[in-house]
Amino acid sequence: MIEARNISKSFGDHNVLKDVSVSFDRGQTNLIIGQSGSGKTVLMKCLIGLYQADKGQIIYDDRVFSEISEQEQMTIRKEVGMLFQGGALFDSKNVEENVMFPLSMFTDQSYEEKLERVNFCLNRVNLENANKLFPSELSGGMIKRVAIARAISMNPKYLFCDEPNSGLDPRTSGVIDNLIKEITEEYQITTIVNTHDMNSVLEIGEKIAFIHQGNLWWTGNKEDVLKSDNEELNDFIFASELTRRLKK
Amino acid sequence: MIRQLGSFVLLMIQAFKRPDKGSVFRKQLMYEFQSLGLESMGIVLFVSAFTGGIAALQTAYNIDNPLIPLYLVGFATRQSIVLMFSPTIISLILAGKVGSRIASEIGTMRVTEQIDALKIMGINPANYLILPKITAAMIINPFLIIFSVFISLLGGYVACAVSGIVTLSDYITGLRYEFDPFTITYALIKTVVFAFIVTAVSGFYGYQTKGGALDVGDSSTKAVVYSSMLIILFDLIITQLLLA
Repeated sequence: MIEARNISKSFGDHNVLKDVSVSFDRGQTNLIIGQSGSGKTVLMKCLIGLYQADKGQIIYDDRVFSEISEQEQMTIRKEVGMLFQGGALFDSKNVEENVMFPLSMFTDQSYEEKLERVNFCLNRVNLENANKLFPSELSGGMIKRVAIARAISMNPKYLFCDEPNSGLDPRTSGVIDNLIKEITEEYQITTIVNTHDMNSVLEIGEKIAFIHQGNLWWTGNKEDVLKSDNEELNDFIFASELTRRLKK
Repeated sequence: MIRQLGSFVLLMIQAFKRPDKGSVFRKQLMYEFQSLGLESMGIVLFVSAFTGGIAALQTAYNIDNPLIPLYLVGFATRQSIVLMFSPTIISLILAGKVGSRIASEIGTMRVTEQIDALKIMGINPANYLILPKITAAMIINPFLIIFSVFISLLGGYVACAVSGIVTLSDYITGLRYEFDPFTITYALIKTVVFAFIVTAVSGFYGYQTKGGALDVGDSSTKAVVYSSMLIILFDLIITQLLLA
């Protein structure tokens, strides 16, 4: 479980996060949703440790991130997998080397053992025979799948996904969403997905945290979203005419 | 300015930590030897050969006093090549070639979140990306400069042979005349310092990149400009310290 307790973060005079407290459960796909500029990316970066919160605590299974040593923080980082919006694959490395990279850095496995793990992860994301391709030769969906394979190569306890569907067609988005959900359940990972894709919200939102103007405005699950009478949440979720009609 | 200097020092402290894994560092180092060193040999060869020839011809054509022995052409060519041209001018050229490459590579990794990916994996990105480049350049650049000296003197030899303005025996006598081995030491010390400047400054500007493609270009330009300025500044300081 990952817990954010009273997190505040400002950039200059602009308070981006205001006393946000929320927890994310293990074995579930936890979604952070909100409009652009609402603070959801900043919250995720605070959770991962890319930003230092001005106030509050981030707790990884009873380990308070800001209160442990740098060495222990490194240990937690090795338990984290991250799927970036653009994939963040290393351009100079091919698919196999990208997925193998964390294994080469943090294990003493032989090349054969690492390759076996790489092939297992690539098979898990349905990417066989792509080992020798470079990121520039991959489609958007393939990049996301390689990034997921790299993120799970070290058997992470925590998986963060920053807008995993951005730039993908609805069908590929569904594939990526299902993959994230399956992997989360299969390996009992604490998964946090930062998204504003409504299909994702309604498909995989087992726990949803709605951030509005830097505040935690609403929490619930995908069924609660449809029934909620929270005005700001409804304005966000049912922003288009089509979704309003679907709700009715 | 002071803030920049502080950020640079902090980045270098991160970069000079013990590598996360020795075998990965060695692999990176080999890669950098090739990309920073071997791939620069072409331009070093071209520039050195012609500049050596030009230095010899210019010296020869400017000696119009019959009392000055012609072997001084070889002497002046050697001195200018060893003391200034090879260590300083080649380092300036490498600042353009290698510096822009380092800054744009690291800058692109920054704006495409590849550096964040390294950080999240628990890897020290400054150490992983910058230390192998600094180490490789500080080791390989002295060899490049020795190669440059050799090719420049050969260029001068060929220019003398082709133009016939100075006999080859005069040129070689000049090359050997009053040779002080310390000038080579001085040239290599400068080279090592300049190699550090180029790679560290370029790595710094690449690492500090924020934004998109335009900012990567901006970082690349800053890397070349500031490395070149620092090379000239430190050339003066080192010369005063070592030759005074």
